[in-house]
Amino acid sequence: MFFRAAWSFVLGKQKGGLGMRKVHSPGDPAPSKGKVPAYTNYYAQRSYPMPDEPFCTELSAEQRALKEKEKGSWTQLSHAEKVALYRLQFHETFAEMNRRSNEWKTVLGCVFFFCGFTALLIWWQRVYVFPEKPITLTDEWKAQQLQRILDMKGNPVQGLASRWDYEKKEWKK
Amino acid sequence: MSSSALTKPQMRGLLAKRLRFHLVGAILVSLGVAASYKFGVAERRKKAYADFYRNYDSKKDFEEMRKAGIFQSAK
Repeated sequence: MFFRAAWSFVLGKQKGGLGMRKVHSPGDPAPSKGKVPAYTNYYAQRSYPMPDEPFCTELSAEQRALKEKEKGSWTQLSHAEKVALYRLQFHETFAEMNRRSNEWKTVLGCVFFFCGFTALLIWWQRVYVFPEKPITLTDEWKAQQLQRILDMKGNPVQGLASRWDYEKKEWKK
Repeated sequence: MSSSALTKPQMRGLLAKRLRFHLVGAILVSLGVAASYKFGVAERRKKAYADFYRNYDSKKDFEEMRKAGIFQSAK
């Protein structure tokens, strides 16, 4: 939602954006759901729900007549007229604006894809770039180190030496 | 206008209600975490140390280490 606002700002379509544009009325006051008009100066979001300018500024004759009728008592408006007036003023209802999308699947898929690609890069690096392991990381050296730590009884209360059985010379079960 | 009247939503006291709910929850969660830490970590550790040192013979321990050959000053 924020991306659409930011993107329309960059393209100059928002109020005070990088290049002001005239609003392009989509025609009929009830656009088909799910189809956003290509160019619009309308910038309402959930966090900014009631902008000053209405959605449709170029009105046909009957729409202008409806706006005139709106100036009178609202109890005389039929239900369809009220909906038409709403659609003139606002692009989408809150329910439409807040609809779910499947974007998260795309995002997650791309994240995992690039994680996998990175893994391939790291594998290549390990094969072709890394130098030899130093002597201290070989298995014999590490075994001797561990034996020395056990001889010194490092952390005998709760740590490493507490897990070693000194009588049987093996790890405690 | 609409065919069925909607129930009037909650208009007042929204923050107070949220605060009460979350305050109670926060107190319970923090007390729970503190209690589980006390019993799971602190008391367990105290007991481990007490058990270790109850029958600890430091001379025997030293002799074992000396025989293993880790000292430079006492072979």
